[in-house]
Amino acid sequence: MSVEQSLPNSVPRPARRGALAQSWQRVLAMFVKEFIQLRRDRPTFAMIVGIPLIQLMLFGYAINTDPKHLPTAVLTSDDSPIARAMIGALRATDYFNIKYVARGETDADKLILSNKAQFVIQIPPDFSRQLVRGEKPGLLLIADASDPVATSGAIAAALGAADQALDRELIGPLASLKQNAPPFEIRIHRRYNPAGETRRNIVPGLIGTILTMTMLIYTALSVTREIERGTMEALLAMPVRPVEIMLGKIAPYVVVGAVQMSTILIVASLLFQVPVVGSLFLLTLLTLLFIVANLSVGYTFSTVAVNQLQAMQMTFFFFLPSMLLSGFLFPFYGMPTWAQYLGEIMPLTHYLRIVRSVMLKGSNFGNLAVDAGALAAFTLVAMSVAVMRFRQTLD
Amino acid sequence: MSVESDIAIDVRGLTKSFGAKKVVDNFTLQVARGNIQGFLGPNGSGKTTTIRMLCGLLTPDSGEGKCLGYDIRRQQEEIKRYVGYMTQGFSLYRDLTIRENLEFVARVYGLEAPEDAAQGALERLGLVARADQLAGELSGGWKQRLSLGACILPGPSLLLLDEPTAGVDPKARRDFWDEIHHLATQGLTVLVSTHYMDEAERCHQIAYIANGRLLASGTIPEIIAGAHLSTWVVTGEGLDALSSELKHLPGVDIVARFGAALHVGGHDEAAMERIARRYSAEGVHRWKRDEPSLEDVFIDLMTRAGPDQ
Repeated sequence: MSVEQSLPNSVPRPARRGALAQSWQRVLAMFVKEFIQLRRDRPTFAMIVGIPLIQLMLFGYAINTDPKHLPTAVLTSDDSPIARAMIGALRATDYFNIKYVARGETDADKLILSNKAQFVIQIPPDFSRQLVRGEKPGLLLIADASDPVATSGAIAAALGAADQALDRELIGPLASLKQNAPPFEIRIHRRYNPAGETRRNIVPGLIGTILTMTMLIYTALSVTREIERGTMEALLAMPVRPVEIMLGKIAPYVVVGAVQMSTILIVASLLFQVPVVGSLFLLTLLTLLFIVANLSVGYTFSTVAVNQLQAMQMTFFFFLPSMLLSGFLFPFYGMPTWAQYLGEIMPLTHYLRIVRSVMLKGSNFGNLAVDAGALAAFTLVAMSVAVMRFRQTLD
Repeated sequence: MSVESDIAIDVRGLTKSFGAKKVVDNFTLQVARGNIQGFLGPNGSGKTTTIRMLCGLLTPDSGEGKCLGYDIRRQQEEIKRYVGYMTQGFSLYRDLTIRENLEFVARVYGLEAPEDAAQGALERLGLVARADQLAGELSGGWKQRLSLGACILPGPSLLLLDEPTAGVDPKARRDFWDEIHHLATQGLTVLVSTHYMDEAERCHQIAYIANGRLLASGTIPEIIAGAHLSTWVVTGEGLDALSSELKHLPGVDIVARFGAALHVGGHDEAAMERIARRYSAEGVHRWKRDEPSLEDVFIDLMTRAGPDQ
């Protein structure tokens, strides 16, 4: 170094390491500093464990995959014991909470359209007469399948219950009707969504959404915080490079993300009995990749935002479409094509495929290479943007 | 290399604008190694901007120069390694302890034994007992000592201190300046901006800047001589009334109160002598010819520079 030769006898200068070692040491310096600051930031520290737990409880229990006591309306002019026994049997499944008696089909439609009733049980006027005559009358179960998740369990239960519903009524001369097949048929109308896509995996999906939200926020604030606390100027005057700052700031939160992931997985298996069918190692590895991807997005926001509020807003602008378009809330292939293209940009979309496939289907890395590649590419792009965006001077 | 070895700061024509406002205009300065360069000027005169250009935090719009032999435009990375910059506000991490802050600095500068270096700095600073206290909890004086300690920890060759003693009590200021002189005797070059005259008087050289322009530069006697100011010290009763009267008198350029005395000065020596004779003839006040003080010169410079545009 020319300075050391040209300016001898300065204040005794401590020995410095080699160039590469110095670079690693600067990353380490940032890492240690960030970690200590994180530890001292009590509210944030509490959130690291608190947010996953609260969200998991909230969503895990609130998003009931097999809801019962669904509001139901009955539409019938048949007041025979047989009809009453039918209704009683459906009520006994616990899935149907018969709250309304509809006075005609328009009335029944109105109850469904206004979301007051999720089901309408329609018993035709001459149901018992046709039944007695052995004419196999039809019983209509109209379901609001706009939320297929909510209705599928009830429909299955209804089919099962109807079989035995009339056992006690069909006695004496009617006993002959109690043959192998029920003396009537149940017709199901899945309204608004005839396909009734019912596969949904809320808990694995929650790992992705929770990590997206927490990871984004942590790094989104990291650069703007330095600016707002007035420490950025001194940091910039030190010989630390943008890449080193970024890596040092992201690394502690990878640890945080790993803690969150473990928390969620443990709670998921203890409280919600969601198993991990596939490789836990693969899941951990790809989850770490997903964590890094989100941290780099957050960090990029941090380099673009002028203050912490802006950074928070960007985070939410990113988070909301992630939730909506990734397939977490709605079936991905149920979305229009343009929305699917948008969804493919979100890391969460790829991670949801990964986490659901590994946890529920036992997929291996080969099955998921494309999604893993997408996450890696996403991370690289975000990090490059962040390093380029990072203002090395105060100009 | 040998040419540059004795000049730590050598910049010419530095200019920097923010929007339409020229914050620093054609700034030229040379500082010899081991010198303490005072940097004075009113608030908003461009001192901080100049310092930031010197340490590579701002790129000048025009002008060029070197710090420690490194080009301030192209070799900012090298400059950062060997320049210690102490910002105007406290810019260490408030939520880190004193020791953690020092260790952070030691690692960022790539020192071989960061923990030992931090421990050494703690001992030098007399902060061993408080090592595990959060930096944000320190008083102003200790914060400033810690900041200086962090600056010199990596062994810089040049220190840029931006109003380091603002809000610090007189005893701590005195200790601080003793330390700066001690560092300078070891070959460290120091550029320090300040508002305090007593601090300016402890500098080897002074540069005075107003509205972004360098108005005076040199040693204290050079600056005083260069001002061509004839001053009188006036004592007696009713100085306030006299002060407002003199201010409007043609030929009087500065009227400044110093304790129980009034300093009155002007560039036109003959005119000033006439005024002094007339007023001392009245017998109310005692007029005594004296060398202008550094502060007289600065007040004059500030008045001539006019208000901040």
